[in-house]
Amino acid sequence: MVSKYDNEMKLEFLSKSSNEAFARIAVAAFASQLDPTIEEIADIKTAVSEAVTNCIIHGYENTQGIVKVHCIIKNNQLIIEISDTGVGIEDVNMAKEPLYTSKPNLERSGMGFTIMQSFMDELNVESVVNLGTKVTMKKTIKQSLKGEDNQNNICITA
Amino acid sequence: MESNYLKEDKTLVLKITEELDHHMVEKLRRKADYEIERHIPRKVIFDFNQVSFMDSAGIGLILGRYKNISILGGQLELINVNEQVEKILNMSGVLKLIKINKEECA
Ligand SMILES: Nc1ncnc2c1ncn2[C@@H]1O[C@H](COP(=O)(O)OP(=O)(O)O)[C@@H](O)[C@H]1O
Ligand SMILES: [Mg+2]
Repeated sequence: MVSKYDNEMKLEFLSKSSNEAFARIAVAAFASQLDPTIEEIADIKTAVSEAVTNCIIHGYENTQGIVKVHCIIKNNQLIIEISDTGVGIEDVNMAKEPLYTSKPNLERSGMGFTIMQSFMDELNVESVVNLGTKVTMKKTIKQSLKGEDNQNNICITA
Repeated sequence: MESNYLKEDKTLVLKITEELDHHMVEKLRRKADYEIERHIPRKVIFDFNQVSFMDSAGIGLILGRYKNISILGGQLELINVNEQVEKILNMSGVLKLIKINKEECA
């Protein structure tokens, strides 16, 4: 496969809640090649956990389905797509409102999309009722200046 | 989760040792409610010292226990909360209801 990106990976797994930790750890490990800070890694893990949990409890409503995760690295940007082929969302704008949840009885807080939005640079939600939902998140990892400093030092001393 | 009931103070300390996501929270909720109903404590302390990860499922767990404890006339307090967890609690408005005790490190 020839990729137009710097790097790319795909995961597919059953919609079991035990896979929530697996998914966020796998994406964090993939993202680590961009040399993110500890805080950036924590933000990415949290956003992935929110999106994957949503596929499992809302998309598939705890029935069995496949959750797909597609990660792309292009320059310094990490792009994460997380999708299900579950029930879909009727009103995406309402779903994205802070504190909105369709399942308050399950002690859901309705903060999932708000967290994804604020922990990543960009959030885009595409959904069709009865076809499924795809969440795309982007985050640019600022490269530390360490490498450049070293190169400058070498130039100066040479 | 490790639970420790201090009889003299009527205080229940629940030390969370798991990652707080939707998967783990279902078990923790049952365990916490069992301990709360068993002791009817005056105060419940959630110790976050060993919580290396929390997402919005943690908010639901905390708010749900806060409701149950309040009904029984008790108080809820959080200790050893790291920055990432505090960021999430702040965003959701939980800290308007429940305070983080920054002195106590028990
Ligand atoms: N993958 C999905 N499939 C179907 N519905 C979804 C999906 N993701 C989110 N939703 C809907 O959007 C609402 C808000 O999601 P979120 O902000 O994560 O809050 P919560 O998960 O706590 O309900 C959910 O209650 C649900 O109705
Ligand atoms: Mg959610």
